[in-house]
Amino acid sequence: MTEASVYPAIFAGLMGLAMLVYAILDGYDLGVGILLPFSKNASNDQQRDRMIASIGPFWDANETWLVLAVGILLVAFPQAHGIILGELYLPAALLLVGLILRGVSFDFRAKAAVSHKRLWDHSFRIGSVMATLAQGYMFGRYVHGFDTSLSAYGFAVLSAICVTAGYHFIGACWLIMKTDGDLQARATKWARRSLWIMAAGIVAVCIVNPLISERIYNKWFALPNLLLLAPIPVMTFALVLVTNQFLKGFPYSSDRFCWVPFASAVVIFILSFHGLAYSFFPYIVPEQLTIWEAASATASLKFMLVGVVITVPAIIGYTIYSYRIFWGKSKQLTY
Amino acid sequence: MPEATEGVLMLARIQFAANISFHILFPTITIALCWILLFFKLRYRATGDASWMDAYTFWVKIFALTFALGVVSGITMSFQFGTNWPGFMETVGNIAGPLLAYEVLTAFFLEATFLGIMLFGRGRVSERTHTLATLLVAVGTSLSAFWILSLNSWMQTPTGHEMIDGVAHPVDWWQIIFNPSLPYRLTHMLLACGLTGSFLVAGISAYRKLRGDQKPAVEKSLRTGVVLAAILIPIQIFVGDLHGLNSFKYQPAKVAAIEGVWETQRGAPLLLFALPNETTEQNDYALGVPKLASFILTHDADGEITGLKDFADHPPVAPLFWGFRIMVGVGLLMLACSWLATWLGRKRRELPVWLTRALVAMTFSGWVATLAGWYVTEIGRQPWLVHGILRTADAAAAIPPSNIGFTLALYLSLYAVLLVAYVHTLFLIARKAGAPESQQAPTTPAMELTVKESGA
Repeated sequence: MTEASVYPAIFAGLMGLAMLVYAILDGYDLGVGILLPFSKNASNDQQRDRMIASIGPFWDANETWLVLAVGILLVAFPQAHGIILGELYLPAALLLVGLILRGVSFDFRAKAAVSHKRLWDHSFRIGSVMATLAQGYMFGRYVHGFDTSLSAYGFAVLSAICVTAGYHFIGACWLIMKTDGDLQARATKWARRSLWIMAAGIVAVCIVNPLISERIYNKWFALPNLLLLAPIPVMTFALVLVTNQFLKGFPYSSDRFCWVPFASAVVIFILSFHGLAYSFFPYIVPEQLTIWEAASATASLKFMLVGVVITVPAIIGYTIYSYRIFWGKSKQLTY
Repeated sequence: MPEATEGVLMLARIQFAANISFHILFPTITIALCWILLFFKLRYRATGDASWMDAYTFWVKIFALTFALGVVSGITMSFQFGTNWPGFMETVGNIAGPLLAYEVLTAFFLEATFLGIMLFGRGRVSERTHTLATLLVAVGTSLSAFWILSLNSWMQTPTGHEMIDGVAHPVDWWQIIFNPSLPYRLTHMLLACGLTGSFLVAGISAYRKLRGDQKPAVEKSLRTGVVLAAILIPIQIFVGDLHGLNSFKYQPAKVAAIEGVWETQRGAPLLLFALPNETTEQNDYALGVPKLASFILTHDADGEITGLKDFADHPPVAPLFWGFRIMVGVGLLMLACSWLATWLGRKRRELPVWLTRALVAMTFSGWVATLAGWYVTEIGRQPWLVHGILRTADAAAAIPPSNIGFTLALYLSLYAVLLVAYVHTLFLIARKAGAPESQQAPTTPAMELTVKESGA
């Protein structure tokens, strides 16, 4: 491989990593937003406070991974950024409005008059739902290269539902890990419900994806690819079954393993992400533009890589540090 | 790439201006406020006086709210480049890209992560670590300003690159980052943030005082805001002048528009009032001080200023002419207010009520001056997006006008609601802090967000 072809590959990998980390981290806090309960239940107000407190120290940094992912797309593959976001103009705007609503509600709810707090909680949930649906839809449009056939639009809608179920699930798992008592029991119910919707969604994507794209069909079902790919769905479904059994057994006498559902959600996300990333690599705009065609000048990528090598380990380091500081159940956040 | 029509170009420009104007309101506050918070924290650590910590606790809430608005409105920007201005990244992406990447890598993660510790970490980490977290957030916000101003300055005074097939390629990164207008623009902007922050702190504290809030923390905040403003404003006027001279050297058409000079002339007057007329290419009802513009710009009363008619392209005149005068006018008001308040505060401890009211009125004066200044420098770059390299019209995407119209309406209505909610909430926080019950237990954002299981 020549130097000019190595750098785009590195940045594509980095962008994939940023997207995956984003989907996991902002996935759980978007999920918590989607889950906010509003029914006529006396404990709802307190539970909403506690749910939001559990993501308080993290949501801002979580969202920064999106800025990094879109940033890498913008700076390493400028041409692709223009095509992709031009095609996704309206859903991207809805995503942004959703993220804005969420971010501001988070702060306003704690500072506004008590009578307005419920309103901001609603806007927090609406923003979370909007952002999640928009992300799923955009991802679905992207996977099929912005094909304008009816089936491609159908796939995007399916993708929006799956991503919502996925975030709902990982959000519930986060709450199982970070809370206890009634809220934890409630989160267990939420997780069980969305686990199966998410699993059904993954199956649907696996069936629909090769059916509507010949290229993906050939990539998935040719030998030996099929054998090499087989562990991904097998492991995913093993995890779904194990997690389901685990959730069924709640409540346990000891809370020692409360992290298991969240960990399994993370692994399911990683596996699904790899399956999809494999489907369109080496295209940065599926069916149109490869990462090498879209890349910036080598001199610019080189200059950025210096920054990446120095800062990314530091970012990972202090992110872990921050999670360690707020380790344990979120009610201990009081001081 | 299909050409964007005139109407689409205008809508895209309005949308970008709306997004970035809304966004910049919040960083101008947080960049300064974080250093002010660090000052409060350090005073508390040095003196042990709990009222410094009260001031910290109050202002950190406003900081958190402002920071959140800055983050979410900033995310819009990173999408906007691709959705509306693909020509920008296609032509100068090799330069702009790395500068933006360094902003994300060195600043965004740093500030976002340590913000969590700064807001919620007290009691979980040592006091020293908490102070360090405050410092790191302050460093992060300022670093972010450095990178974005480096890019903006490069767009005004591009150096260190070469053009190959119509695309800019980097030659010397040092020259790109530290391009000729960066030192002036960065200093000018950081001082503008300092002034915006200090007038906000002074204004909200003055409001609390007027409502009868006697806490020492209010007095301390008021004094900090006023004295900081009094120190920064003369430096800002000096740096602003240097920045003007720098623009005169590299972007003379911009300065000619600011001064309303149509014909190349020696001994140009400094116009105090005029209505620049683009069709007749002259000023109506001009009133000015003879020779002063020439003197300020060339340090010679008979120095020559090239007129707008002698440039192949020149920016629209009226917005620059007026934007500049609004900025300078607000600056002079700031000078008067802050010096008077510092002087009277020294002699007689208590500020007179009229001056306290004036400070409340000046709470958001920094926003007015900063926006006016940005309009001058950005509109002053037109018709170029990157001076001499890329025209704004050539960078716009051909998006259906109905789509831009829809998103523009969406953004504008959202921003209007949020701005009202923000200003309303600032004063609400100020009133809440003065309410009797909060005197016993100063609350923190963490406490507000957390529920005690007993359920009070």
